[in-house]
Amino acid sequence: MKQFFIFVKKEFRHIFRDRKSLLIIILMPIVQIILFGFALTNEIKNSNIAVLDNAKDGSSRAIIQRLDASRYFNVSQILNTQADIETAFKSGKIRLAVVFQPGFRESLLHTNHAQVQLIADASDPNTATTVTNYAANIISDYQKELNGQVQVPYAIKPEIRMLYNPQLKGAYNFVPGVMAMILILIAAMMTSVAIVREKEINTMEVLLVSPLKPLLFILSKAIPYIFLSLVNVVTILLVSVTLLEVPINGSLLLLMGESLLFIITAVSLGLMISTLTKTQQEAQMFSLMALLLPTLLLGGFMFPIESMPLPLRIISNVVPSKWFFLIVKDVMIKGLGFSAVWKESLILAGMSLFLLAISFKKFKTRLA
Amino acid sequence: MKETVIKVENLTKKFGDFIATNQVSFEVEKGEIFGFLGANGAGKTTAMRMLCGLSIPSSGSATVAGFDVYRQTEHIKQNIGYMSQKFSLYEDLTVKENIRFYAGIYGLSKQVIKDKMTSLLEQLQMTAEENSLVKSLPLGWKQKLAFSVAILHEPKIVFLDEPTGGVDPVTRREFWNLIYEAAEKGITVFVTTHYMDEAEYCNRVSIMVDGKIEALDTPRNLKTTFNAGSMDEVFLQLARGAKRTAD
Repeated sequence: MKQFFIFVKKEFRHIFRDRKSLLIIILMPIVQIILFGFALTNEIKNSNIAVLDNAKDGSSRAIIQRLDASRYFNVSQILNTQADIETAFKSGKIRLAVVFQPGFRESLLHTNHAQVQLIADASDPNTATTVTNYAANIISDYQKELNGQVQVPYAIKPEIRMLYNPQLKGAYNFVPGVMAMILILIAAMMTSVAIVREKEINTMEVLLVSPLKPLLFILSKAIPYIFLSLVNVVTILLVSVTLLEVPINGSLLLLMGESLLFIITAVSLGLMISTLTKTQQEAQMFSLMALLLPTLLLGGFMFPIESMPLPLRIISNVVPSKWFFLIVKDVMIKGLGFSAVWKESLILAGMSLFLLAISFKKFKTRLA
Repeated sequence: MKETVIKVENLTKKFGDFIATNQVSFEVEKGEIFGFLGANGAGKTTAMRMLCGLSIPSSGSATVAGFDVYRQTEHIKQNIGYMSQKFSLYEDLTVKENIRFYAGIYGLSKQVIKDKMTSLLEQLQMTAEENSLVKSLPLGWKQKLAFSVAILHEPKIVFLDEPTGGVDPVTRREFWNLIYEAAEKGITVFVTTHYMDEAEYCNRVSIMVDGKIEALDTPRNLKTTFNAGSMDEVFLQLARGAKRTAD
């Protein structure tokens, strides 16, 4: 036991003496959250749009005014000819062009067949879809008002409710995602690098010749990073609640417990990587390629897994981040209890045990 | 009454078809400084690793401090010290922290560590540097410190794998003084080296060529047998027949 404390103390010394890395570890979650929260957001806010109003009547003006007044759009250009549309898009300053045909109001009131053209820059298909949806909604709102009390017979009026995230905030999705990403980075990569470093600087040989037990060695290496990862979880939650106004709807204790479980999975991954690599650089590259990339691509928070082809959907099941992402969303956003996430938790626990068993078996107490 | 602390019989290590150490036999007595010589790739390090429990022999038998290298490696580890050619202290820890850590993993108590640290730092004249990071020390100091740390838990045997590589002659001389002091305390020293002048400091020397021990005796007897003026000549005569090139 004394050996264990001495070893853990030494590991903390390594970490605290390397101020630069420590600063990165502590600040990374905050930077990531802010990046995702404010810079990389895929919510549409104040998108610049252009208008080509060939009608110039009451209805077209009313619609333009509504578009401009909404928080999604900002009418930045008034165009005069069809050719201007192309120029406006090419300048890259607008995301959407709205075109009204001559006699818009006339057609709307009398022929019941008025047309508005929405032209979007689909080089970014997701944004284009969102932008046109928002614009179409604003236009149809206007139409409803115009109909006023007049009831259209047999009309279906869908009432849409966005559960758990009524404002459709992106933060509800990426906070769990960033948590998965940071924990994989810190817990897995740092653990693997810390172990491999001992091989690289030849202290491993001396430790192997000493009476130190391998299990003790592995545990002592993992403990400081488990601790740092927990600090990161707390930071992420604090920033999310205060800065991004993402609530913790479920039990905080359960959320912390599940985070600890995922951290252990990540540390086990780090241990396995350390048995497969010889230099710190190798360990780092391996972690980035084999852990961070799948977390980003197949973790479910950047790209929806349901819309992936079957082979990728199957592969995504072995990505631990996917399960953790689901757990955090269920507990933190939906406010569900353990009964909703026991399956995912069991999968993570199983993965950890499996990885630990393999790395412990592969951990060489001998050099050759 | 001589006490044998290392006993090796027909020890062999194969890596596939390659026989790194071929049927090596020798004995080392308590308190002896045993030189283990050979060109690069002759099989010295492999043999040493088998004795330290880092590598399982392919065949043959060996006991270290009375314990079997196949089955009792844990007991062996309690009784040996080890210092490798690329020395093995933590550069980002201070002198004191390194001493405390290595003494700690051998299970020495706090009080013992404290006492030993004081005398060790005095002996090495490094008391002023106790709080310096190891990376700021000159190489010679680092190696002397690494050796002292390797024998801090008073092992029966200390294994040194080319401990003086890259060190200037004066520091090497000082290093050997430390080795003599350790041997006087009854610690058996098993040392590999490239430097033939160092071979002269050993009580007995074995010379390995292509995985086999070609000669084993006191430096004086070896020089007589091979009719050579120095250990250098003895070594050259033996190593000339080597087929393996350095790895």
